[in-house]
Amino acid sequence: MINRSSKKLLLIIGITTSVILWYGLVQWTPFKSFNRLPDPLTVIIEWTSTDPDYGLSIFSKDYYLHILYSTYRATVAFFLALVLGVPLGIMMGWRPNFNAYAGALLDFLRPIPPLAWVPIAILILPGDEPAVIFVTFLVAFFATTLNTLLGVRSIDPDFLRAAECLGANSSDVLRDIIIPGALPTIFTGLQIAMGAAWFSLVAGEMIAAQYGLGFMILESYNLVQYPTIVIMMATLGIVGYSSSALIRFVGKRMIRWREQATGMGQGLETR
Amino acid sequence: MSAAGSISVSSVQKIYDPKGASVHAVEDCSCEIPSSKFIAMVGPSGCGKSTLLNMIAGFDSPTTGEIRLDGELLVDASFRTPPNSDRVVVFQNGALFPWKTVLENIAYGPIVQKTKTREQAEEEAFELLRKAGNLERIANAFPGQISSGMQRRVEILRALINQPKVLLLDEPFRAMDTVSKSKMHQHLLDIHHNLKPSILLITHDLVEAIFLADVVLVMTTRPGTIKLSIEVDLPRPRSKEMILSERFIELQKQAIAAVHEEARKAFERGEKELA
Repeated sequence: MINRSSKKLLLIIGITTSVILWYGLVQWTPFKSFNRLPDPLTVIIEWTSTDPDYGLSIFSKDYYLHILYSTYRATVAFFLALVLGVPLGIMMGWRPNFNAYAGALLDFLRPIPPLAWVPIAILILPGDEPAVIFVTFLVAFFATTLNTLLGVRSIDPDFLRAAECLGANSSDVLRDIIIPGALPTIFTGLQIAMGAAWFSLVAGEMIAAQYGLGFMILESYNLVQYPTIVIMMATLGIVGYSSSALIRFVGKRMIRWREQATGMGQGLETR
Repeated sequence: MSAAGSISVSSVQKIYDPKGASVHAVEDCSCEIPSSKFIAMVGPSGCGKSTLLNMIAGFDSPTTGEIRLDGELLVDASFRTPPNSDRVVVFQNGALFPWKTVLENIAYGPIVQKTKTREQAEEEAFELLRKAGNLERIANAFPGQISSGMQRRVEILRALINQPKVLLLDEPFRAMDTVSKSKMHQHLLDIHHNLKPSILLITHDLVEAIFLADVVLVMTTRPGTIKLSIEVDLPRPRSKEMILSERFIELQKQAIAAVHEEARKAFERGEKELA
């Protein structure tokens, strides 16, 4: 077992090594093109500058505007996926008939990469903004639906039988067995959905947006503002990680029984 | 237990997948679970014991034959009374809801049946826990926090709160160590003595079957049917010492002879475990 302080040390060693590698890649490699990559020092200086060379740092309003735009799109898409995907997944897992007609369609649509939807989305939806949100929603929706379905299917059938024996009708079963039983897998799905949402959001923003982290990455490339590219990428990492952490946190609060069961062992009986 | 019920199984046959492989799981099986009696059913793996229990519980229906509860038709080929709290099953691998506390689990039946308010049901559940040996300290624990023996006791209480006419126990002590098992036996004997429910216990363990039951039914290897019915005439209340009594050993010999013959047949056929 790795204890906490040595875990921290390992983390620091890991980060330091990668920063040195990055620096070395830029400064010491014989490949010329690698020199275009800004080294870590340049990026940090630009990122924290009150007067950034390329206009974006933690002190500029526009920096937060881009974050806000992307976060807003990811959040809307995520909640749409949550509101539509979870009930759909539950219905598919719970009612085999429903799965028969929804499942085939879903299996057919799922392999189509989200970006393939962009032109159609722009054509049929009013404006670029809904189109970007739509492609973001789409991947999150598939991840949510399929994991919810998986969650329902993974419920031990004995729980359903036990509930029936005890006199539960089908709405009792839905409320007391299906939903709580699927919840852990649903939350795993939501984390995957959030990750996938950011993934396709950035691509969508590169194609059809005027603001946002993805847009700014491509824009900085076009304008030869290379440090900004790295700043935006790092920001994406931070925002993406935070959103997953938030879902994990909510999940832990909602699935207390699981934490307690695994965390506390059997301490109660020896008391 | 106000009204224990009697189950009668007559000429039940169960064929799985009648169009294809046609597996005869149960064949011409007839037996009785008289009111307030403790019946144990033993037999080799895959002999259809669980199939029979599932039919009594209402999860499955026979291909031919019928099962009645207190004279009223429960299931036959064309009719099936859905499962309800008349016949509560305690499952092999345990089926306490992990997301509900011990108290919520026990109180669940009366709450969903709307026979009691949540407060009343939980109060009664608490009382049951207390009577079961001062278990009220685990009332607010989740099932994952208590041992498997304790889980079984809670699961039996969850069944008993509904005052079922028949308690159906599907190898509930299978995965337990000897000490916990022996405690559970005493617990079950106490329940039977105090509340007098009709009990059908499915088990692999002959000593367990004879020690607990009034009648031990030995099932044949598949297709399962009743090969032998052993009347256990040991006095009640039963105590551990009886296991060493001459009569117990004699009964055990009878049962062993019957079961081993069937087990050998099953083994020679190379049956995989289906139970």
